[in-house]
Formats: sequence, structure tokens, C-alpha cells
Amino acid sequence: MSSNDASAAPVQRAKTTGLHKGDIVPGVAKVDPIIIADGIRRTFGGLTAVNVDHVEIPRNAITALIGPNGAGKTTLFNLLTGFDKPDEGKWTFDGHSLAGMGAHKVAGLGQVRTFQLTKALGLLTVLENMKLGAKDQIGENIFRAMIPSLWRKQEAEIEERAIVLLKKFKLDTKSSDFAASLSGGQRKLLEMARALMSQPTLVMLDEPMAGVNPALTQSLLDHILDLKEEGMTVLFVEHDMHMVRHIADWVIVMAEGQVVAEGPPDEVMKNQAVIDAYLGSHQDVDLGIVTGRIEGELNTEAIELAAEVKHLDENIANRKETGK
Amino acid sequence: MNTADYRRTRRKNRRGVLVALIVALSAAFSLMAMPAMADEVNVDEYDNSIIGNVKLESVALEGVLLTISGGGYEVEVATDADGRWKVGVPDGDEFTVTLDENTLPEGIAVIDEVGDDDTPNVKEAMIGPSGSTVMNFFIGRGERNVTSFFDQFVERIVNGVNFGLMLGLAAIGISLVYGTTGLSNFAHAEMVTFGAVMALIVSVDLGWPVWIAIPLAVLLSAGFGWSLDAALWKPLRKKGVGIVQLMIVSIGLSLALRYTFQYFRGGGTEQLPGSDSPDIPLFGSVSLSQTNMISMVISIVVIVIFAWWLVKTKIGKATRAVSDNPSLAAASGIDVDQVVRVVWILAAAMAGLAGVLWAYFRPGIRWDMGAQILLLVFAAVTLGGLGTAFGALVGSIIVGVLVETSSLFIPSDLKYVGALGVLIIVLLFRPQGILGRKERIG
Amino acid sequence: MDILQILSNTGSSLIAPATIGYALAALGLAMHFGFTGLLNMGMAAFMAIGAYGYAISILTFGFPWWGGMLVGVGGSLVFALILGIPTLRLRGDYLAIVTIAAAEVVRLLFLTTTFDKYTGSADGLSGYHESFRAFNPIPDGTYGFGPWEYNANGWWVRIFGITILALAAFILWAVMRSPWGRVIKGIREDEDAVRALGKNVFSYKLQSLMLGGVFGAMGGIIYALPASVNPGVYVTSLTFFVYTALLLGGAATIFGPIIGSVIFWGVQTLLSNLLPAMVNVGLLPFMTTTQSQTVRFILVGVALMLLVIYRPQGILGNKKELTFVK
Repeated sequence: MSSNDASAAPVQRAKTTGLHKGDIVPGVAKVDPIIIADGIRRTFGGLTAVNVDHVEIPRNAITALIGPNGAGKTTLFNLLTGFDKPDEGKWTFDGHSLAGMGAHKVAGLGQVRTFQLTKALGLLTVLENMKLGAKDQIGENIFRAMIPSLWRKQEAEIEERAIVLLKKFKLDTKSSDFAASLSGGQRKLLEMARALMSQPTLVMLDEPMAGVNPALTQSLLDHILDLKEEGMTVLFVEHDMHMVRHIADWVIVMAEGQVVAEGPPDEVMKNQAVIDAYLGSHQDVDLGIVTGRIEGELNTEAIELAAEVKHLDENIANRKETGK
Repeated sequence: MNTADYRRTRRKNRRGVLVALIVALSAAFSLMAMPAMADEVNVDEYDNSIIGNVKLESVALEGVLLTISGGGYEVEVATDADGRWKVGVPDGDEFTVTLDENTLPEGIAVIDEVGDDDTPNVKEAMIGPSGSTVMNFFIGRGERNVTSFFDQFVERIVNGVNFGLMLGLAAIGISLVYGTTGLSNFAHAEMVTFGAVMALIVSVDLGWPVWIAIPLAVLLSAGFGWSLDAALWKPLRKKGVGIVQLMIVSIGLSLALRYTFQYFRGGGTEQLPGSDSPDIPLFGSVSLSQTNMISMVISIVVIVIFAWWLVKTKIGKATRAVSDNPSLAAASGIDVDQVVRVVWILAAAMAGLAGVLWAYFRPGIRWDMGAQILLLVFAAVTLGGLGTAFGALVGSIIVGVLVETSSLFIPSDLKYVGALGVLIIVLLFRPQGILGRKERIG
Repeated sequence: MDILQILSNTGSSLIAPATIGYALAALGLAMHFGFTGLLNMGMAAFMAIGAYGYAISILTFGFPWWGGMLVGVGGSLVFALILGIPTLRLRGDYLAIVTIAAAEVVRLLFLTTTFDKYTGSADGLSGYHESFRAFNPIPDGTYGFGPWEYNANGWWVRIFGITILALAAFILWAVMRSPWGRVIKGIREDEDAVRALGKNVFSYKLQSLMLGGVFGAMGGIIYALPASVNPGVYVTSLTFFVYTALLLGGAATIFGPIIGSVIFWGVQTLLSNLLPAMVNVGLLPFMTTTQSQTVRFILVGVALMLLVIYRPQGILGNKKELTFVK
């Protein structure tokens, strides 16, 4: 963990601005929203995990969803992508109402997601992982599957597309390896590349930086910025403030299930509500430093926090080993 | 037919005397008419016949009515002064012989020989090559009070609660093990059988008194649980074997243990001492046998102690914490291995006790007796919500009552179907079970 | 001790209808468990539905043999739908419990005296052979050599069974190398990931359940084809035995289930002949012949445990491609 990387400023690309209409308040209307959500509420037992009155995600921009642990970011993600059902609320994607729609249908509309805990399909090869991402495959029908001549041609096209993407993500040398043999960061890349195989319009990334080797951080950031250049919209959940500042065009801050602030990154970071809600008692600590991604001075409080994080990580790792 | 049904003593009265019932029949008699001298019916018309002789302890019973039906043919016959009857029947076909218990003297009933037949007064007769078949019924002194539907219902519920509490002892163990280790333990059935077999060995083979045999069996079960954990499950956990693999290992273990019991005890049924204790009337027409009452009391006491242990003691709280979230529990300094060990010991002890009680409830001990209730136990655990101890108890009582009462409405050989069907239906609408919590995704 | 007779019986068991029936059911489980990761513990019910569907439609409704088979297979498809729609959304262990419960419900329904007229309750069904045998193209007589000497009907059942088995293995191979198979394997690895890629996971699982269920039903039919339908066969242990055969060969392979079944029955037959013979000549003084028949079932249990712990990929499986869902 040397000082390679994200703290050394990369080539700054232009931020997209002028996304909102009127005063910046939580739930502000956007000029060209791709997602409009209204009155989304999700409770677990007596606990309200998400309670969002109104939020809009701007099209063709990179939006970051931030907030402290338990703020409901991932739950909101799950709700928006159909992996969970809200108690109430409705939302549209690209003009289609998504309320009550299953996850696979949501994905079919062009809204594709990745997961916080990477879901590379370990016992499929990297190439198979990629090919799985392609939409509308003829051979995915069980009856046509038995007649290879029906799907061979399309399969070849898909493979071609997959190889191009793998090259771009520097995974082409691994294409016949089992995905399980990849490193954590490579799996993140694979998951993102696989998502792109479906040619989405909105890419939703749940903590794309978590567990990624610092050496890979920059290329991952570049890939995310590229998505925007290629005309896609990106919504991502992230803890790393450096990354958020660096690539996000718009930031939405959640705390205790609600949207407490939003706006361009630099303005949001100054917002007192954000500092209170998000950083809480650890407000002087840059989380990038705590997670070890960024070199920096740690004060006592940060050291405690870092120890806590490390302890939790170990527990999670142990649990994975023994608990499965 | 429910309202004027007969209630029989559950446990077959072995003093019952095997009485040969001879059936001969005349087609013409109505149900109401008492056949004047109908000991032989239609014997001249047909070559084939069914014969029988109705006696109680070698005393002939006269005037007992029997109905023989099959293949569209139906006749009724009454026994003569010697208790004999005979009917001629057409070729082929099977016939059903029904003895009308209303025509037996007071306090006398047809006794269930097998133990699981709710209508021992109805029998199937097949005509052999000789053209004649003898039909035998067990007739004995048994309670045959006419019981109202409501009374039957109440009695079934009482029995069901008793059965449910016994299931609960087994279910709590399965649920605890699942909660703390993630294992759906199919070999739990054999831990149930183990307890019963140990009680049998100590009380019958060694001839020790029951009040020593049963606690000893429970202790041995506890030791069995501890050694299974130490020798098998703990090493597998350390090895990081997945839960599906563990589950299949438990299936293998279940098969191996089950057939080991058969190897040593054979395929028959053996009884524990005191399994034929008399019934004690409770209220109305409801009665329970002594052993059933003791069984119920033991179940309740053990469950109450367990509940106290789980809620109040340090290790009990730790167990709940581990069930809730093992990594968090480990992070807060709980020795997960120790908790799991205690859980295995407790689960095995309670399963062993359940085995002893099940041996009295069935009654009898067989090599596969645990496997017979395993699915009901799983049903109970799943109904209540996997991994919640109190859910398992609630689920068990529901399953117990359901199984016992359902045979009032559906054929008794389908009584497990009702309970398992309900399990499937509940999972349709509430996959997390009655007391389970919905899991969050992500 | 007649070694030759023992070996002959063992050799004969290798292509016995029971072995072929197991192999088909194991192929079905390979589809469900090995490739899709569905912990179907109710395979015995699919086999029972196949066998009873075949026998009842011939005996009660006078169907020809092929009509009976269609009914058996159709019944298994309906059962897969009924079983799958409520349960396929459940987690793995729940699925195991519900499928095993459903299989028990099916068995009890075939066993109850309530439907005795159709199912023969505890006696089971027999005497449905006429139609199938009438189609036998093999002239009367005895053919074969050594352990494999059967009459025309014996060969007809075996040849038919092996043909169906080959067809099933081919279908499984064909679908698993296609994009459909890729989705199926993806679901085994992580169904949420596959869902996030826009695939209707539920529908794929249901298709898998139905296809494997059809294999199981055909297995049940072949198993019952030469003799009778006996309700004592379709107990939960049957499912466990088929799992043992499957894991022996390799759960995520095409030939593994077949080889596993052959080994399973070969060893079972060998032991069931050899052990009593050894007891009789005094080689196993500590057991009776009855006990020696129990020993082989203890061994099945032990073998299942050892396989899962030490060689979960089976004989044919790729070491890397462990087949156990998380």
C-alpha cells in the first residue's frame, strides 16, 4: 500500500453540470431525470430502512449515493433494481413504471447493477461470465438450445464483443480461467464488464471500490468515467470520499433512510447536515485514509476507527471461511 | 358419520381374545331388521363363501350384525347361538366385511391388532382358490363409549398437544443446531431413536428400573451429541465444509445410524416397561393414559427449564446471540465453539428424551422410529421459522394438533399429509415461518 | 460359497432395469442439483409418479404402454409445476425440506387405502406388462452369455431402458453446453447475479426442475417396467440412495450419474450376495445373515459421508469444479 494512486491527482475530466432545476434542496427536480422515485418506504420489522419522499437521478451523469452505514443506500439500490419490494412507493425508469417489477425485467429494460459483495460466478470461466451478460440470446431457450445451428452465429458475435470488453478491462489473458481464481479487484472489473455486455443505459454500482487493490483503483475510476462518455448513466454507492469528489457529477446523501442533502460534490461536502449525518462522531477522519487506500496522518480517533474496521473485516473473512 | 363414532382405547388391549367371525349372508335384509335366523345367507346361490365365528373369550356372541359388500353385492348377516355366520358370495372381487359394533354387548369392542387402524371392525376379505375364506376379528373388553364429535375433538386436541410437546423437544434441538451452525440435521431422527434404544437397553436388557433407565438414556444421548460434535461436526466446521455438504453428510450419518440400530435390534418393535398403563378419565369423556400424562408433564417441565436457560443464563443468551448473528457474536467475545458444543449436547439430550416419549406414544421402539417423525419435526421447525427455538415449539404444537385432529376429517393413513400440506401452504405465504424474521437482501 | 454365482449376479445387476432406473433418476438430480444447485430431496416422488402414472393408466384406463409412459411423464411435469411454483423462491435448505415433505405426501397418497381401487395401496400394482411386451420386436428365446443371459422380454426391457438413458444423457449434454446451460450454471453459482443480468431465474429453475423431473419419471417407469410398482420403494431413502449414486459419479457431469448408478448397484448386489455367503461359511462369525443384509445399507450411509467430505466432485468431476452450492 504505497502512495501510488488515487491521491495523486489523475487527469481530471470535465464534470457534467447544470443537472438540476431551481434551488438545490433534497429531492430537487432534474433537467433530464432517468429515474424518478416517489414516496418509497421500506421497513424491516419496526425499523424504517428507507423513507424517500422524492428523488431524481440525472441522465448521462455520474451520481454518487453516500451516507453512513445503515443509511439505507443498499436497500434503496435493491428497491430500485427490483431485488426488494418497498412497503409503498412508485418509481419510473426511462418513463417505465418499475413498481412491483421483478429484478430480471428491470435489468431487461437496461438498468443493470453490480453488488457490494462481488458476484463473479466462480465456477464459470471469465469468458462464460461475460457471455452470460449478453441479452436476448437465442440459445437461452431450452428447446432452441438443443439445436446449435440456431445459436452458433449469435454466440460467435457475443464472444467477439466479450473479448473486446475483456481487453479493455485487461482481463483478456484470463478469459479461460475460472472466475473464482481472480483477485478481488479483478472480480469487480469482471462484474462491471459483464454488466456492460447487456448494453445498459443505466449502470448501478454498489461500492465499486470496496476491496479493490489500490493499483486497480485508477483504472476502475477511468472505466466509470468512460461509461458516461459512452452515453450511459451511472449511479453508485461509495464510502470513499476521494472517489466521490473525483468522479461524481452529483451527490445524494442519505441518512437514516432519508435523503438529507444533494448537490454537486464540492458543495455537498461543505454542507453541515452532511457532515453531521454522514461523518457523525468520526467527522475529522477521511475514510479513504481509514480504509488504507490513501496515505495520511491518522489521529487517535481514526486509529480506533481503523482498528474497528479491520476487526470487522477479519470477522467477515472468518465467517466466510467457516460459516459457509 | 362423525357424530356417532366410536372411541376405542388407543393402546390395544392384549387381553382381547381372538375371535373367529364367520360371515354368511343374505342379500335381502335391511339394516334395521334383525335377521331371525340368518347365520347362513345365500350359501346355496353361490359357490364361494366367507365364514366366521364371533366369540369373546370363548363365549359365543349371538346376534352380532355383519355387512359384507364388494363388487356391487351387499348382504347382511347375524351370528347364531354359537356365534357363527356364513355368507355365499359371487365369484372374484374383494369383499369388505364390516362388524356392526352397536350389536356387541356393552363394554365390548373390536380391538385394533396393529395399532394404527382406526376402524378395526372393517376388514378386507379375498376369496382364495378354495372358494372359502375365514374372517377373524379381535374382540375384547374395550371402551366403546359413544362419543360426541365435540368430545372426540377435544380428546384429539389433548393428544395432539401431547404429541406436539414431544415433537417440540426434538424440534427445539434441530432448530438450535440450525441456528448456531446452519446445518439442517437429518441425523436428528437417529438421535431420537438413540434415546429410545438406550432406554430399552438399560430397562429391558439390563433390567434396571425405568426411573433410572430414562434419565440414563437422556444422559447417554447428551454424550452421544457431544461426541458427534467432537468427532464429526467440529472438524468439518474447521475444514470449512459448506452447509449443503454438511446436510448431505447428515443424511449419510442418518442412514448409517438407522441401519446400525436395525443391525443390533432387528426389524421388530419392542416395548418399554409401562407402555400399557391404564387410562385415567379426565373430564367429560376425555381420558389419557398414565404414561401420556407423565410424558406431558415431563415435556412441559423440560421445555420450561429450557426456556429459562435460553432467556436467563449467560450461555443461553450467548446461544441466542450466536443464532442471531454468529460473526457479530464472535466479535463481541463469545466463544462460538463452546456455544455450539453446548447446543449439540442439549439438542441430543432433548432428542433422546423425545425418543423415549415417542416410544411410549407410538407405542414401541423400532430402528426407524425417529425417521418416522423427522419430517413432522422439520415441518414444525419450518412452520415456526428455522432457527428460532420458540418458533419450533409453536410449530410443533400446531403440527401435533393438526396430525391428531385431521384424522377426524380425512382417512387416518393420510393424517401426516395434512400436516405436511399445511407446511407447504404456509411457506407459500410466509416463507420465513410464523415467528421467523424476513431476511434482508444485501 | 458359490463365487461364480455371486459374480454372475453382480455382473447381471450392471444392466438391470433397477440400475438403469437409478441412472435416469441420477441424471435428473444432476440437472437439479449438480448443474442448477437445486437441492431437490423429492426425487422419489418423481419416480413414483412416473411408475404409478404408467401402471394406473394401463390398468385402470386401458392405455397402451406408450400412452402410459406419456401419462407418467406428463404427471411428473405437472408435479414439477405444483412443487416448483411455491418452492423455487425458497432458500436451498428450505427447498430440501419442502421437496422431501412433498415427496412424502405423494408417497402417502399412493399408499392410502382411500384410493385402493387405483393404486392397490400397500400391495402396489402389477400385471401391466402385456402391452409393452406385445411391442417386443425380439423373437422368443434366450439370448446372451454369462451373467447377461435373458429372455426376449428381459432384453426388450433392458434395450428400451438403455435407449431412453442414452437419449436422456444426450439431451442433458446438449442443453448444458448451450447458452441455456450457461444460465443454469450461473444460477447455481449465484442466482442474484444472473437475475441482475436480466434472466428470469425462476423460469429457468422451473425448466430445470421439469426436465430433471421427466428423467426421474422415466427412471421410475424403467424401474417398474419388468415387475411391479411397489409403494415401499418410493421412500425418502430412495432419494438418498440416488444422491449417493450421483455423488459417487460426479454431480455436475453427464456420465458420472450413470457410472455412479452402475457402481452403486454393482457393489450393492455384490455385498448382498457375498456377505450372507461369507456368514454361512463362518467367515463373519459375529453376524447373522439378516445382519449381513443390513450392513450394506450402513455402508451406503458411510460411503455418502466420506464422498461428500473427501471427494465432493465424485469420480468423474473436475477437482476445481466443486459442485456444492454455497
